[in-house]
Amino acid sequence: MNNKILPTIITNKTLPAAWQAAAQAQLENNEDICAWLEINLDAALHFKKSLLLITNRRLVSITSVEVNALVKHAIYPFKAHLTLKHHDNAGVANIELFGGENGEVRLAHWFYTLTNDFSASRFVKQFELQLTSFLNGQPIVAEASETCPNCQSPLEADQDECPQCSSTIDAPPSTWTLFRLWRFAKPYQWQLLTGFLLMLASTAATLVPPYLTIPLMDKVLIPYQNGAPIDVGMVALLLSGLLGSALLAWSLGWARTYILALVSERIGADLRTITYEHLLKLSLEYFGGKRTGDLMSRIGSESDRICVFLSLHLLDFATDVLMIIMTSAILISINPKLALVTLLPLPFIAWMIHIVRDKLRTGFEKIDRVWSEVSNVLADTIPGIRVVKAFAQESREAKRFREANQHNLIVNDRINKIWSLFSPSVTLLTEIGLLLVWAFGIWQVSHNEISVGVLTAFLAYISRFYTRLDSMSRIVSVTQKAASGAKRIFDILDHVSSVPEPSNPVHLDKVVGQIEIKSAGFRYGNRAVIKDLSLMIQPGEMIGLVGHSGSGKSTLVNLMCRFYDVTTGSINLDGVNIRSLPIAEYRRNIGLVLQEPFLFFGSIAENIAYGKPEATRAEIVSAARAAHAHEFILRLPHGYDSLVGERGQGLSGGERQRISIARALLIDPRILILDEATASVDTETEKEIQKALDNLVHGRTTIAIAHRLSTLHKANRLVVLDRGEIVEVGGHDELMAREGAYYRLYQAQARNVDTDLDDVDNNDALANSQMTHQEASA
Amino acid sequence: MEQFTLFTDFSLIRSTAGRLVLTASDGTIHDGVFPVRAFPISAPAEGLSLIGSNGHELAWIASLKALPNATRSLIEEELARREFMPEIRSISHVSSFATPSTWQVETDRGDTELVLKAEEHIRRLTHTSLLITDGHGVNFIIRDIDQLDQHSRKLLDRFL
Repeated sequence: MNNKILPTIITNKTLPAAWQAAAQAQLENNEDICAWLEINLDAALHFKKSLLLITNRRLVSITSVEVNALVKHAIYPFKAHLTLKHHDNAGVANIELFGGENGEVRLAHWFYTLTNDFSASRFVKQFELQLTSFLNGQPIVAEASETCPNCQSPLEADQDECPQCSSTIDAPPSTWTLFRLWRFAKPYQWQLLTGFLLMLASTAATLVPPYLTIPLMDKVLIPYQNGAPIDVGMVALLLSGLLGSALLAWSLGWARTYILALVSERIGADLRTITYEHLLKLSLEYFGGKRTGDLMSRIGSESDRICVFLSLHLLDFATDVLMIIMTSAILISINPKLALVTLLPLPFIAWMIHIVRDKLRTGFEKIDRVWSEVSNVLADTIPGIRVVKAFAQESREAKRFREANQHNLIVNDRINKIWSLFSPSVTLLTEIGLLLVWAFGIWQVSHNEISVGVLTAFLAYISRFYTRLDSMSRIVSVTQKAASGAKRIFDILDHVSSVPEPSNPVHLDKVVGQIEIKSAGFRYGNRAVIKDLSLMIQPGEMIGLVGHSGSGKSTLVNLMCRFYDVTTGSINLDGVNIRSLPIAEYRRNIGLVLQEPFLFFGSIAENIAYGKPEATRAEIVSAARAAHAHEFILRLPHGYDSLVGERGQGLSGGERQRISIARALLIDPRILILDEATASVDTETEKEIQKALDNLVHGRTTIAIAHRLSTLHKANRLVVLDRGEIVEVGGHDELMAREGAYYRLYQAQARNVDTDLDDVDNNDALANSQMTHQEASA
Repeated sequence: MEQFTLFTDFSLIRSTAGRLVLTASDGTIHDGVFPVRAFPISAPAEGLSLIGSNGHELAWIASLKALPNATRSLIEEELARREFMPEIRSISHVSSFATPSTWQVETDRGDTELVLKAEEHIRRLTHTSLLITDGHGVNFIIRDIDQLDQHSRKLLDRFL
């Protein structure tokens, strides 16, 4: 450990350039800037930037970047009883400076939004350090750990980049989303190339028939009209050419469509799988903010839409483009002048497509959003159907759906207005184009510039050509639809998990189970849920977390499971920051038993072996035995093979809970987390579960949350939380003797115990009746 | 649970430490009292609660108008410091139409920028008003979309 003086110059360097001059102007001789904080609100909570500076002898507030500004800068020289406090409320953070005789007078009050909250807590710490150093004349001793140059937060020895800074918002995804699909197409590049070559060949084959009309007209029909006999051999040759090219085009077209559809289907499937895999890796925070219906539609229908786009529309479009290029080449080779006239409407149509594209794109994005709104209504209502029916709100939910649907209709109507005008306009331009060719063609024939055969060939070519243009124009809308679908899928894929995998993972060979929480803080939205919390949990120790609901118990447990990452501070397992452990490897050491056990669709055995699918039947049975679940499982008609539904229908709360305990037992975790494991069952069942839990807890580091304090009698220490802070730590007797927060909680519960029981009995009548039945047969 | 009774008769002063101090009719003194609106969005003028530093409600004020002037201005002053919901007057620029997107906005509290992390952080309050929560948890309100200028409406429309 090297004790060094804090490098004040480093903090000085990072001061924004705009403030440099104004800050320097305030400094006296031998005065150094030790810390600074940019404040973005004024006293009336208007957005206005100002700067707070801590030097080695005072606190300075600068309100303007102008050096000689008329605005008064506030200066607070260091003296005894000065304190700086910071707290926040609804997105606004406050820093208050107290002073006076006994530190009870508020000297100043500054406000800022939480944008730079993290540096604020560093700032307050610096203030305390500098003030003590100023008062007692001792130099400041630096902490041994490295700090991030950006935000001054301490870095762990094995971390290269600061977790605070790197977790800030990244750049938005690029708009060329469809091209990003190439990542998924790359594995199929050879099939794609084959498909493309086939497409070239088949398009060329379809262009042969109109070409054959020239000799058919000029060499056969017109001479016949002029009295010459029909050359049967030539007719046969030309007609077989027509048939041959049609057959060729047919077989090539078939091969092309088949290969490309095969590939696009695979691309779509890959897209779905990869998106889903990525989704599962995202943190709970992401799922908390999204609605199920929306996520389901993104993975299901959007990927399907992209697939259809690739296999059908894009394919058609590419064929059309090829056809246009080839046709123009042929037309120009026959007669450049007439070809020019024929191709004249093309730029007009291209221009129209461009105009409409812009309008339609935003419209289709809107339709997508509205569409997920409609499915969200369904996803809200169907799982909550019992509540809907119980409160007789069917008509209201129907109205909600109708409104969402109505909104959908309005948006679609608006789009259709533009869209419906588009196709007829293209058709009109086509007709006008044909008219032009007829007129110019007749004029050329009359001047003997071209033969009648050439004119017929031109007309045959361009009537195909223009109909293709019409279908090509459809590509605008489908591309936009596919692009907006791709965007919504890439939204998921681009979302970086807020619980990132470490870049240089550390592997723990054997986990002992010591957990250390070092001044952890966590903020949910703009609410600080956990504030500067420190706790050391020894291996094998059982900790009971106690507190009112909303005191941060469950959040603390979620942080320990790394469902979320701490905003400040750190959590260490056996001395290693859990952020530097691979997530899956870390969680394998944690057994979690929740208040509402979730059973997946499948057999009971599969549910018990969820965390360890390779478990043998003997292991499953012994885990179920230890969890006191074995006997009731055997009473079920199909024993361990009985199917349980989505939420474990057919099993009582206590039975489901014991299955989830068996699940936790089977993975034999070093750390066990019980989040209100016995809260939703009656006392009788609770005893049964308690026995199961006692088996589970044995020899493991256990963190138990319990509303009913009596269930924590085995805990080595009880930790009492209140509004995100630890208020008391100690054993039951010790805390009772202290007559503090725990004592009050305990007293309150002892008084309410009768009502509590009644509530539970009514709550779970099913569980109760099943239990008594069980007790009787046992 | 300890029972708390609500005080109907009380006096309020500001201490030198800048906190509100409530003296109840029974003589008890509560330091660090703060006012909270019950319906900050739907009915800001109705229903106000005075909360003690321990987080328990001390008094319920059905309407601010009924209070003596001095008390009312103290509460209003404190509310002004605690409430922060800038009202967006216009949107001058958005960095992209895909989220996360940084918006340059003009609000009733001056110009600023906000980061919209995802489209669902725009919450529809009524047909014409929106609540936008930025990446740092600050709530911005748009009281009436129709009152925005055309440019802002166009930008906003891409996110709705």
